[in-house]
Amino acid sequence: MAQIKKILAGALALCMAGSVLTACGGDNGGSSAGGSTEAGKSEGGSEGGSEGGEAAKTEATPADAASLVNTGKVYNVYCWNTEFKERFEKYYEGAKDTALWDGVTVNWVINPNDGNNYQTKLDEAIKNQGSAADDEKVDLFLVEADYAMKYVNSDACLDVIGEIGITKDDLKDQYKYTQDVMTDSNGTLKGLSWQATPGLFLYNAEYAKQVLGTDDPDEVQAMVSDWDKFAETAQKMKDAGIFMVSGYDDTYRCFSNNASAPWVTDGKITIDPQIKAWVDQTKDYSDKGFNNGTSLWDPAWTAGQKIDGKVFGYFYSTWGIPFCLLPNTLDKSEDDGGKLEEGNGGYGKWRACKGPQSYFWGGTWIVGCYGSDNIAITRDVMLKLTCNADIMAQITENEQDYTNNKAAIKKLIDGGYTNPFLGGQNHLALLSDAAEQIDLTGKVSAYDQGCNEEFQGAMKDYFQGKVDYDTALGNFKTNITTKYGDLTMD
Amino acid sequence: MRKTISYAKWGYIFLIPFVVIYTIFALIPLLETFGFSFLDYTVSQGAVSSIRGGGGDTIVNNGFCGLSNYIKVMKSDGIFNISFRSTVVLWLVGFIPQIVVSLLLASWFTDIRLKLKAQGFFKTVMYMPNVIMASALSVLFFSLFTKSGAIDDLLGGPDLLKNEWGARGVVGFINFLMWYGNTTILLMAAMMGIDTSLYEAAQIDGANPSQVFWQITMPLIKPILAYVLVTSMIGGLQMYDVPYLIGGTQGNPNGVLKTLVSQIQLGKNSSVGAVSALSIIVFIVSAILGFITLKIMDDQSIKTRYGKKKKK
Repeated sequence: MAQIKKILAGALALCMAGSVLTACGGDNGGSSAGGSTEAGKSEGGSEGGSEGGEAAKTEATPADAASLVNTGKVYNVYCWNTEFKERFEKYYEGAKDTALWDGVTVNWVINPNDGNNYQTKLDEAIKNQGSAADDEKVDLFLVEADYAMKYVNSDACLDVIGEIGITKDDLKDQYKYTQDVMTDSNGTLKGLSWQATPGLFLYNAEYAKQVLGTDDPDEVQAMVSDWDKFAETAQKMKDAGIFMVSGYDDTYRCFSNNASAPWVTDGKITIDPQIKAWVDQTKDYSDKGFNNGTSLWDPAWTAGQKIDGKVFGYFYSTWGIPFCLLPNTLDKSEDDGGKLEEGNGGYGKWRACKGPQSYFWGGTWIVGCYGSDNIAITRDVMLKLTCNADIMAQITENEQDYTNNKAAIKKLIDGGYTNPFLGGQNHLALLSDAAEQIDLTGKVSAYDQGCNEEFQGAMKDYFQGKVDYDTALGNFKTNITTKYGDLTMD
Repeated sequence: MRKTISYAKWGYIFLIPFVVIYTIFALIPLLETFGFSFLDYTVSQGAVSSIRGGGGDTIVNNGFCGLSNYIKVMKSDGIFNISFRSTVVLWLVGFIPQIVVSLLLASWFTDIRLKLKAQGFFKTVMYMPNVIMASALSVLFFSLFTKSGAIDDLLGGPDLLKNEWGARGVVGFINFLMWYGNTTILLMAAMMGIDTSLYEAAQIDGANPSQVFWQITMPLIKPILAYVLVTSMIGGLQMYDVPYLIGGTQGNPNGVLKTLVSQIQLGKNSSVGAVSALSIIVFIVSAILGFITLKIMDDQSIKTRYGKKKKK
């Protein structure tokens, strides 16, 4: 017995020592080995990459469409919700180049966004891109404004022009900012979007009539044109028993997207004066009862979007109208056979105005992944779903989304566009003014999603009067430096 | 020539699958975690590993760093310090009612004078909540108690989850609901193992029910009680899903729903060194608490009881 014990103890000690050594050695070995194999591969495989990078500095030469690979049988798309999937199925399936899709099926890999979950899963897939079986390689992935930078600065994205073969001419009608975001420091364009995401203030017309005496967008805009007037109107709303906004985070994007510096510069987290302004304002609103104390995406936050939800307005960017507000305000959802017509909940009873400050919120880009074996399909998807003016116009007309195509939008406005959901208002004119003004340069960092989520969460205690600002800030600091171990904060 | 056949080797052969799986999926990661806890090791979440060559890895491993990870997580605003207390409080809030109710129910069910009918039915019903996933229960309770949830509206909108003790209470209640049935059944098994002649003798001597409970039942179920306590304590230290689904990453309100494991989950993709150190501390704390409990419970009465059994 004693001998067995000795042997066991010895074996355990060996295991432990061994694993400590492998833990240290494994990483160095792993990264260097990875590096050398990748280097070997890139000689053959990434002609387009280096060419594209160099060419972009002078004048981009599009890759030849006929030479793009299309050998895969499964087209893998990584995304975090069904928004793109719905667009894809409704507007792309009918218009696709069937020759390219011969025998190819599409596989949706959907991972929810919150808590960086989607990023983690995607990063893992990208890391294994080199060793994955052909039909498991990521072909296309989606990124959001909050972390687009992370992928733009990596080499995982295909060059839209040099490797996917889209021409400058195809892109001429897109909003420039949507391309600026996805352009790296060498000038290489890495992803395209089908939408532009200027934000608006959407308000409940019933309450506007009842409290403000008018629901005309221009007159209401005059009453909320800056934060002082916004607060005055909020007071009127409060006197009538209605909350101006639903919760703490509603006005967040108005401030955060007008910040002067991104959350993270050189590995250090800073609180921008605009972010602090949001904290002060929200604290003030919470104390005065201008909001209903909800958090973004809460059931109570969503419930306020019913036409009798006791909330006057929501700050939404373009995608928020079709994807959130419309379904949330209906009494009978479309799935249950509800019709999109006046009388079904709040349909037709919301209006839009510019609001106190121009801002944008979110935005989704589609990106071709390096190592994909269906680049020709990616080209087709990008052309049809982000460049094709007719399809773009259809999406805007049917889905209320604001598509990333100036020509399509102009055509709709000139054609007397009206939006039945907004009671016949032409909100495109408002949006196209706002879209021209968006500039994300120097405002986004790769860590924005985590910072936004953790900051809003930590400040909730302060708004509810549980702790003072410094404690809340301290909580934020502990959380964010645990979540992002490579960052520091003063 | 051997005279007896030993079947012992088959025992070891049948153990192989377990040992192999345990080694690969539990022992090696455990030992690796131990190694990581001494490394200055972070993974950048703001970058993607390079797939075209050209370098650029997301792992930042500055090698051995002694105890600095441990010092970092143990200092006053470190993740151990802020989450340990709240974890223990959350566990107690659920465990105290759980053990009281379980003891009460178990002694009623095993009482020789009460002779409750339909015991099987009650046992099933009590065990039921444990069959439901903790996450499902948490989501259900969240939607009941959150602002404008059904119970919140019924109570007139106190928004319990915003209140520190309200939130703790809800988490504690879910844990209670999930585990009291399990504990009751364990304690019943222990009580049914007690010789009924002891109870009869006590009755003849004129002992009242409370005397019977404290003088006979309690001392004789101590080993099982110790088992319940230790397993619950270790389970409590590893509490994660319920508080996380109610309070989110921030463990709101004011971080009272932050638990040790939620901190590990928060940092596992990035602060690898620090959360490895935290995991090791959780391991050590569980071990110490387990030993203390067993020592306290392991008094003379248990030894004599076991001793008697062995003689039989």
